[in-house]
Amino acid sequence: MSSFQERQGSLKIVDAAKVAARGALFVTEARLRAMLKWIWLILGIAIANPVLYLVSIGLGVGAYIDENTGGMGVDGVSYITFLAPALLATAAIQGAIDESVYPTLEGFKWDKIFFSMNSTPLSGNHIAMGVFFNSVIRVSFTAVIYWFVMLAFGVLDSPRAWLAIFTAIMAGAAFGALMQALAGLLENEDIFFTVLQRFVIMPLFLFSGTFYPLTNMPIYLQWIGWISPLWHATELGRWLTYGHEISSLMLYTHFIFLNSLLLFGVIASRRIFTRRLGK
Amino acid sequence: MTQSLIHARGLTKKFGDFTAVNGIDLDVVKGESFGLLGPNGAGKSTAMRMIGATSQRTSGDLTILDKDPEQFGPQIRAHLGVVPQQDNLDTHLTVSENLYIYGRYFGLSRKFVKNKIEELLAFAQLEEKRNAKVESLSGGMKRRLTIARALVSEPEILMLDEPTTGLDPQARHILWDRLFRLKEDGVTLLITTHFMDEAEQLCDRLVVMDKGSIMAEGSPAQLIKDYSTKEVLEVRFGSERNAGMADDLRQLCDRIEELPDRILMYTEDGEELLERVYKKNFHPKTSLVRRSSLEDVFLRLTGRTLVD
Repeated sequence: MSSFQERQGSLKIVDAAKVAARGALFVTEARLRAMLKWIWLILGIAIANPVLYLVSIGLGVGAYIDENTGGMGVDGVSYITFLAPALLATAAIQGAIDESVYPTLEGFKWDKIFFSMNSTPLSGNHIAMGVFFNSVIRVSFTAVIYWFVMLAFGVLDSPRAWLAIFTAIMAGAAFGALMQALAGLLENEDIFFTVLQRFVIMPLFLFSGTFYPLTNMPIYLQWIGWISPLWHATELGRWLTYGHEISSLMLYTHFIFLNSLLLFGVIASRRIFTRRLGK
Repeated sequence: MTQSLIHARGLTKKFGDFTAVNGIDLDVVKGESFGLLGPNGAGKSTAMRMIGATSQRTSGDLTILDKDPEQFGPQIRAHLGVVPQQDNLDTHLTVSENLYIYGRYFGLSRKFVKNKIEELLAFAQLEEKRNAKVESLSGGMKRRLTIARALVSEPEILMLDEPTTGLDPQARHILWDRLFRLKEDGVTLLITTHFMDEAEQLCDRLVVMDKGSIMAEGSPAQLIKDYSTKEVLEVRFGSERNAGMADDLRQLCDRIEELPDRILMYTEDGEELLERVYKKNFHPKTSLVRRSSLEDVFLRLTGRTLVD
């Protein structure tokens, strides 16, 4: 039996215009298939993360704080209510890093699958966007689960609290896109993860008004919060989940800051991916 | 009408000061099996990546399927099947998933790809491995899967970069058999290799490359005829005596090549030459008469062997 009895040839069956229009979705589809292989791990992390943090710090430390503030809590609400939106945004950002940094290093360096994608009609832009979309899907999954855990803990106290899911996704997407661009630049990743985790992620987590209002910090450390997507997302999250007071100017600032970062990260990723593949 | 699917004139690629490909001319016609033969570092892979419309040329002209890859990269790649030197399969996915997603990258419908997978699994003799993870496959299986993957879109041109490097002899022969069948089906093949037997087996026509340039072009038989004699007598006198014997042996034939471990004597009739060697009372430790190969052509052109 000949293997190619009905061979029609690529000139008949391949439509380059279709790939040009929908290529990013084909990459997303492939990344999703790979991600589904460890869906149980992702689900486990997505549930365990909020439960552990909200119980240990939210309830544990929270009981101590609430008692010492004469039942006033922080920012006019119980400590766990104050803390939860910050943890939601943190989880979104961590998920985005997982789904943007690792696949990018893998695609360019470890198993070089970006190069195999690029030998099809797919371009660097499609590949960058596919990785980005996949990361947004993962972040959305994480944020939705986190939000339901928050609901179970009774820390959502506003009719528009559900919108906090989207501000967390926005922060995750923005941070993920930036990290994706950065990972695309790396020729050598030896110390990258150590530096990223210890000198970027950890300080952001600690100094973005996560555990106490940013204004409690000395003024010379507050800038960390200002450049941190986490702080901007946390402020928006607090506004949405329990009515934390924000001026409309700051509301716009947070929103514009996160979206500018997102846009910058996506454009940079596309350029960096295209340039590196074309070398 | 013979139409060049691949047409290059003065094709050049520089990386900084280093010239990887130095002004090569190529014409590959439809249905042909064309080879780039040369040692590692000759510029074959760089040439392949330019023809594969992923790496942009520094200068020269290049058209693939009548299109310039600088402007029409994706439109050209839509009709190429690329088998890179290193298998870059998606290691998270199974054998059939690798074929599936690759078909999707060409925008092929799910239904088409699903049918195609069966055909390709049979072609690559991987039916029983369809649900195996790529990591668990042997080198030969991965190679066959990478080739099968490149065929999912029924490409006009199949480009293979060192298709059998790292494979054992049996796996090589299975692969060669598969490539023959593709050629019979009218697929144009572009192959790089540093194995002369592979080039002789698979290529209708080839260019010999060294240090980024083309040294010679023709069919394997024509190249051997042009650059070598019909037969070769290989003699070994032991490493100390080889060098001392060279001058004496030179008198007996058209041309000799001294290699570290043996001396090659070029002649139309190897057995007759060996008799004359013995008559002169030169007694090699071992001797072997064989037909000339592309290895000899390369040695003649560059003074070096293909595989160090």
